[in-house]
Amino acid sequence: MDFTLSEEHLMVQKMVREFAEREIAPTVKENDRKHTFDRSILPKMAAQGILGICIPVRYGGAGMDYISLGLTCEELERVDTSARVIMSVHVGLNSLGLLQWGTEEQKQKYLVPQAMGQKIATYGLTEPAAGSDVLGIQSTARREGDHWILNGEKMWISLADVADHFLIFAWTDMEKKRVRDHTGMSAFIVERGWPGLETGTIHGKLGVRAGNTGFISMTDVPVPAENMLGLEGEGFRIAMSCLDNGRYTVAAGATGLIRACLEASVKYANERQTFGVPIGQHQLVQQMIANMVLKYETARLLYLRAGWLKNQGIRNTRETGLAKWFATQSSFESADDAVEIHGAYGYSDEYDVERYLRNSKGAVIYEGSKEIQQLMQAQYALGYRTDKPLRCELPAYDPEEWQREA
Amino acid sequence: MHAIVCIKQVPDTTDVKVNPETGTLIREGVPSIVNPFDTYAIEEALRLREKFGGKVTVISMGPPQAKEALKEAIAMGADEAILLSDRAFAGSDTWATAYTLANAIRKIGDFDIILCGKQAIDGDTGQVGPGIARQLDIEQLTYVFKIQEIDFQAKRVRVERLLEEGREVVETRLPALLTVVKDINQPRYPTIMGIRRATRTEIPVWTAVDLPDAKPDLLGLKGSPTQVVRVFNPPPRSGQIVMIEGESPQEQAAKLADLLLKEKVI
Ligand SMILES: Cc1cc2nc3c(=O)[nH]c(=O)nc-3n(C[C@H](O)[C@H](O)[C@H](O)COP(=O)(O)OP(=O)(O)OC[C@H]3O[C@@H](n4cnc5c(N)ncnc54)[C@H](O)[C@@H]3O)c2cc1C
Ligand SMILES: Cc1cc2nc3c(=O)[nH]c(=O)nc-3n(C[C@H](O)[C@H](O)[C@H](O)COP(=O)(O)OP(=O)(O)OC[C@H]3O[C@@H](n4cnc5c(N)ncnc54)[C@H](O)[C@@H]3O)c2cc1C
Repeated sequence: MDFTLSEEHLMVQKMVREFAEREIAPTVKENDRKHTFDRSILPKMAAQGILGICIPVRYGGAGMDYISLGLTCEELERVDTSARVIMSVHVGLNSLGLLQWGTEEQKQKYLVPQAMGQKIATYGLTEPAAGSDVLGIQSTARREGDHWILNGEKMWISLADVADHFLIFAWTDMEKKRVRDHTGMSAFIVERGWPGLETGTIHGKLGVRAGNTGFISMTDVPVPAENMLGLEGEGFRIAMSCLDNGRYTVAAGATGLIRACLEASVKYANERQTFGVPIGQHQLVQQMIANMVLKYETARLLYLRAGWLKNQGIRNTRETGLAKWFATQSSFESADDAVEIHGAYGYSDEYDVERYLRNSKGAVIYEGSKEIQQLMQAQYALGYRTDKPLRCELPAYDPEEWQREA
Repeated sequence: MHAIVCIKQVPDTTDVKVNPETGTLIREGVPSIVNPFDTYAIEEALRLREKFGGKVTVISMGPPQAKEALKEAIAMGADEAILLSDRAFAGSDTWATAYTLANAIRKIGDFDIILCGKQAIDGDTGQVGPGIARQLDIEQLTYVFKIQEIDFQAKRVRVERLLEEGREVVETRLPALLTVVKDINQPRYPTIMGIRRATRTEIPVWTAVDLPDAKPDLLGLKGSPTQVVRVFNPPPRSGQIVMIEGESPQEQAAKLADLLLKEKVI
């Protein structure tokens, strides 16, 4: 067993930390207040190689491993949750899905520009009437000649108004839709600009106000048959396997948010005086700090284990889900404590902790709410659930292979 | 175009602690970084390469861990790096540091320009750059704020220097050594592609044996003419605060002016 990060990991971590502090931190409060997504961050992230960090070099990526992806998410969310969300949908939910399930042609056409950050991608599963209940989605695709005709509405989609490429899930077998048989669902790569596809932004969100969240509406959108990802009927499995990677980025990010809460709380607890001593001297404040330390270290070990399993090519649905559940719930609790420690100042947007609290809640809900995560963990423990091998598994990390030029 | 950049690894703090007994810096337990001023020198060299083509070589003298600093320079985009590391170099003062670096640069051979930071944030003397230039007998332009013009064919360079009282434009012939101030540019971050290259690059380590032209008794502590007699913290400044009262800001300002005149400050 070896808990040390490599020289490469440490350099990536340091670079992303400096990048986030210099390029994101100065404007995050203003963007959050004004509810604006600052697009100019995307080309900057692309230039650093961050948007294709764990994608093989021959597919336009930077050729790093899955641990580097986690470390990047931790550093980004320590500064801004919205920046980490970019990684979750663009890399975790979409690009890694293409790497896992895509044909060589699909990889060349879509993964390469995504990994280079020339095109931004997102993931459209949730609908107005169905989130946790994936089989309850209503979107459909019917075959017409060499096209699929897509209809439906996606809701709560991160980067809906920003992305160029969308991974859309829809029923292709109406009989199976009726009986809720998941093998009737398929996945499609859809491009912005295609007729019948419209996107919009959702306003009035509690958190990630510096991020973009919206809807995708599809009316008779023609999708070329070759844009089906995986086989017909594989959509549900693809959706779930993408979540194994998305949840990993969410877990790592939430770990960074706990660290942000801890750092802010320690600083404030050493500065603020009550009853003649810094508040850090009060044992009840110490308890909150100690809890943050425990949650940070535990969340970190859980996500790094999941990253290690990915590197080894071992299925990690269970471990990733556990990391996601623990880290996001802990980030919410830590942000709550951080606001508490800051007293009334924590209740004001003069300090960052109120934003941490608002931002933390979303991740408890999306990519499998904490209830869904609990059901899954219980089902694994009770023996009701096992993971069956997939036709395409996420490839194990092989540095030689990842860094091969062609 | 061949640019050589001299970089120093320094403790990540501006609050450097000194061992009162030996008078040397306490480096243990302090994370190390590339001397911030040197990152501007690296950036300037990379910009020259982007404009004129050629190569950027970074060199550093220090303990084996100074490789980290060189790797960071490679991750930013430098082509080659050399570490000068040997017990024989230990204890160098600024003269011996400059002497050793100059010998290494002579061994590297062809170069058009040398870039250094204006000073190291730990030693703070600002002497090593000028020292190297003197050892190599080339021109030195210190505190460079902007390279106005540079022509590697005609071997001329014109720069703006940032001085305490203002700016100064000077021109000289190449090769020359420039020390740069922080306003000269905004250093880039290493990219992930650069990090990949850096972690795979073997950095050659030159010891005293690799510098046959350097005289052994001019290296390290032996070659250092400076003797540290005593290192101490100067007493903290003291003074008293006077609040100037008055009916109006005008009156307060007039009183303040009187006081300053009386104290011969103005
Ligand atoms: C900021 C943000 C960004 C998002 N980005 C994306 C995106 O990019 N792509 C995308 O596809 N989706 C995205 N989502 C949607 C998100 O994944 C869903 O909101 C989430 O899956 C929950 O679905 P729901 O909102 O429909 O809630 P519901 O499924 O209606 O659940 C409501 C409540 O019931 C609970 N519940 C549901 N079923 C059960 C059960 N069986 N047992 C116990 N409790 C249960 C839930 O835990 C929850 O508390 C995003 C959401 C947010 C808030
Ligand atoms: C009086 C005196 C006595 C000293 N005695 C000792 C001693 O006994 N033991 C000891 O360990 N140290 C000693 N030092 C420290 C050592 O001399 C300096 O750290 C070193 O010479 C660099 O000087 P500086 O830090 O002032 O760098 P500066 O002259 O301020 O640096 C200017 C620029 O020169 C370049 N540069 C400086 N150092 C290096 C380097 N090592 N490699 C590559 N480029 C470099 C960089 O570009 C830097 O930005 C002493 C220093 C002084 C002033």
